[in-house]
Amino acid sequence: MEELKKEPLNLIIAGVGGQGNVLMSFLIGSALIRSGYLVTIFDNYGASQRLGAVASYIKIATKDIDTSPLLHEGDADVIVGIEPIELLRNLTRFGNPEVITVVNTRPVYPIGVISGEEEYPDLNKAMQTIRNLSAQSWILNATEEAMKLGNTIYTNVILMGALLGSGALPLSKTVMEEVLKEELPKAFDINKVALERGLELVRNPTNN
Amino acid sequence: MASIEIDAPGTTQLLLGNEAIARGALEAGIGFATAYPGTPSSEIMGTLAPISKKIGIYAEWSINEMVAFEAASAASLANIRALSSMKANGVNVIADFLVNLQMTGIGKGLVLVVCDDPGGMTSSNEQDTRPIAKWLNIPLLEPSTAQECKDMTKWAFELSEELGMVCMVRSVTYLSHTRGNVRFEKLPEISNKASFNDIYDIDNPRQSRFTCGMQFHPYKQSEVLLKKISKAPEKFESSPFNSYKGPDTPEFLIISSGICSTYVAEAIGVLNLQDRVGIVKLGTTWPLPEGFITKQLERSSNVLFIEEIAPFVEQSVMELAASLPPDRPRPTFYGKRSGHVRAWGEQDLNLVIQSIASVAGISYQSRKTSSTDYQSNSDEAAKILPARPLTFCPGCPHRASFWAIKNAIQLDGRNGFVTGDIGCTAMGMISPGSFQVRTYYAMGGGVGVANGFGHLDQFDFHQPVIAVCGDATFFHASIPGLINGVWNKSNFTLAILDNSATAMTGFQPHPGTGMMASGEPGNKVNIEAVCRSLGVHVEICDPFDLNAAVTTLLAMMRNEGNAKVLILRHECELVRARKTKQKLFKMYVDHDKCIGEECGCNRLCTRVFSCPGLVWDKEAGKAVIDEAVCAGCGLCADVCPQGAIVKEAL
Repeated sequence: MEELKKEPLNLIIAGVGGQGNVLMSFLIGSALIRSGYLVTIFDNYGASQRLGAVASYIKIATKDIDTSPLLHEGDADVIVGIEPIELLRNLTRFGNPEVITVVNTRPVYPIGVISGEEEYPDLNKAMQTIRNLSAQSWILNATEEAMKLGNTIYTNVILMGALLGSGALPLSKTVMEEVLKEELPKAFDINKVALERGLELVRNPTNN
Repeated sequence: MASIEIDAPGTTQLLLGNEAIARGALEAGIGFATAYPGTPSSEIMGTLAPISKKIGIYAEWSINEMVAFEAASAASLANIRALSSMKANGVNVIADFLVNLQMTGIGKGLVLVVCDDPGGMTSSNEQDTRPIAKWLNIPLLEPSTAQECKDMTKWAFELSEELGMVCMVRSVTYLSHTRGNVRFEKLPEISNKASFNDIYDIDNPRQSRFTCGMQFHPYKQSEVLLKKISKAPEKFESSPFNSYKGPDTPEFLIISSGICSTYVAEAIGVLNLQDRVGIVKLGTTWPLPEGFITKQLERSSNVLFIEEIAPFVEQSVMELAASLPPDRPRPTFYGKRSGHVRAWGEQDLNLVIQSIASVAGISYQSRKTSSTDYQSNSDEAAKILPARPLTFCPGCPHRASFWAIKNAIQLDGRNGFVTGDIGCTAMGMISPGSFQVRTYYAMGGGVGVANGFGHLDQFDFHQPVIAVCGDATFFHASIPGLINGVWNKSNFTLAILDNSATAMTGFQPHPGTGMMASGEPGNKVNIEAVCRSLGVHVEICDPFDLNAAVTTLLAMMRNEGNAKVLILRHECELVRARKTKQKLFKMYVDHDKCIGEECGCNRLCTRVFSCPGLVWDKEAGKAVIDEAVCAGCGLCADVCPQGAIVKEAL
């Protein structure tokens, strides 16, 4: 178990209902527990089965400390966005000058945007804003990479690979692979490839 | 995900609060569990049901909370420990039975788990269930962590037996849906044997001895009940779930319970107030452990209460303080009454930090607000964020049903409207349901209020009324309303939007699906057979056949003078997709046919129909399918007046 730069170390995973936030937070939480940390995970998914805003808060500690499942304003250390605007929504609330972000560039349009009542922000400008509000930012089109592997379902494991590569969490690739093998045994081979792909994208960024 | 049934004492697992409650029940050796789905409580039964056969307990999704709780009570009376779980609204449904059960007492341990939804994030209302415990003299426990969810549920069974009455465990969304480390204890050897010890003496009936007593004199039972509950505080006095942490004589004392006590503990660290503030954490909130509280009140002349929804502990402690002898110190109380704590909605860490800082007279800077530049850039960025409101899922049959209802109402032209009900169909209130739902109250409330609207013709009221409910809601509480309408000739159409699932809470089975909680087949109850047995005129349509659905509904609205039933049946897309893992159609927009803004339809497809899988390409000025979101249901092809949306069977 590594020492953490802060206790609790706070990770947010932000996305849209149906993108797999809850499974992703569970997999990362399991990997952290396997590495010896104490974790608390709250999945905030509201009422709708699909397409509502979802955020998972993962709080990590090396010892038993006084902590709650929630974050307060400005107290995120790492934010992963499965959807860019959901990342920005959480970044503007929980961000601070030291925060690290990992973001998937593929938008999912809210219903108000589709009906024309609201505007979806210009994606390039949104990415610039995310960079400005982060100490370090890893930007990748994980959905497109997942489609190359045959299914958008691999998006989150690619993002998990990128998160590993960012070094923002005290996690090793070995532990992550062990968890994927245990929790998703049937899809392990392809998920292993997806994890590696995410790591590569961070090692050799194309658009960052 | 986590296995709650493993017998691995001493190991630590990552469990949801709700899973930990289920584990606590197993460690207490329950034999019987019942529930009705309702966020945020559903995972308790969701965890127990699939393993019930394997571990030898009986677990049931019941038709509604009332039957669930009644069945669990029967198991308790027959000497089997039983658990019943539900959301806050469910306790309203069981209230009548609960009042009477308190008159008789129970057999073996009976625990009612209720999961409140502060803020009403996934509910029709916001309500605090704790005052019900006080009203009915039920011992009440409030866990604050996943570990306590397990430990206190286990303890609740012991308490229930020691006191001879049902015991209530209250969770909230932020606890039920939080995963935390839970240390397992041993699972008991289950040797449950049921026996109902009524002795009916056939020769001498007056000498018969009944488990529940005869209730010809309820006031006598009240006396017994008060005696029983008076024994609870002494058990709470020494409970490890009540604690004090802080200096001996702090500047002020914070009293909190449940999940709020974790916010308080973290907030004190954030504000660096460890030397100035003392924290009283209460796990047993009714009846109060009066000795413990009185001792804590003497530590400081300032007391702040942090809790969500009702000022429940606040009022109870103030009552206690008022009953203390006049020579005892009278602290100044801060909380909802004084305006230092928000009196509505859920609490969160920010609000608690603000409340404590205001009482402590300090200002607080977060990592965000301590940099002015960062904060102003961040606030600026927040302004460009579009909201992400609720919607029907891509492929949802309710989108089709409400589209049909809206069109039928327009064609009818008499300003008809929908009386809505609980569940996914409630989204008929907002854009994906074309804003058709005008009333929305409780389970079964849609058909209930339709009974009234349907009898206003003598007062010159001629708007057609369409009650809408889902299939699970039909079974839960809509049948009596329908029977009343049939009997009294109320003029309404009940549209049952049958998607063959309790979808909003996570696809639990119900009588219409024919499956039982354990995953085994039960006896399927046919919705149309139930309705037809009442002599109601019943029509069945697939809402994806839009024309047929509109025409049929229109005809029913015009056939006045009786209650009618239209079943709009199409399987929930999420359930279908889980089974087949395949889309039905490949969808695309033929851009030669879509004439964009030139078309007189005024973007009917995206502006009005508003499915998340069909979006407007601004650059092209035409509609386009979002492949990553589209479920391939094919419905939008029938909506486009130009026939530009193409569906190709897969």
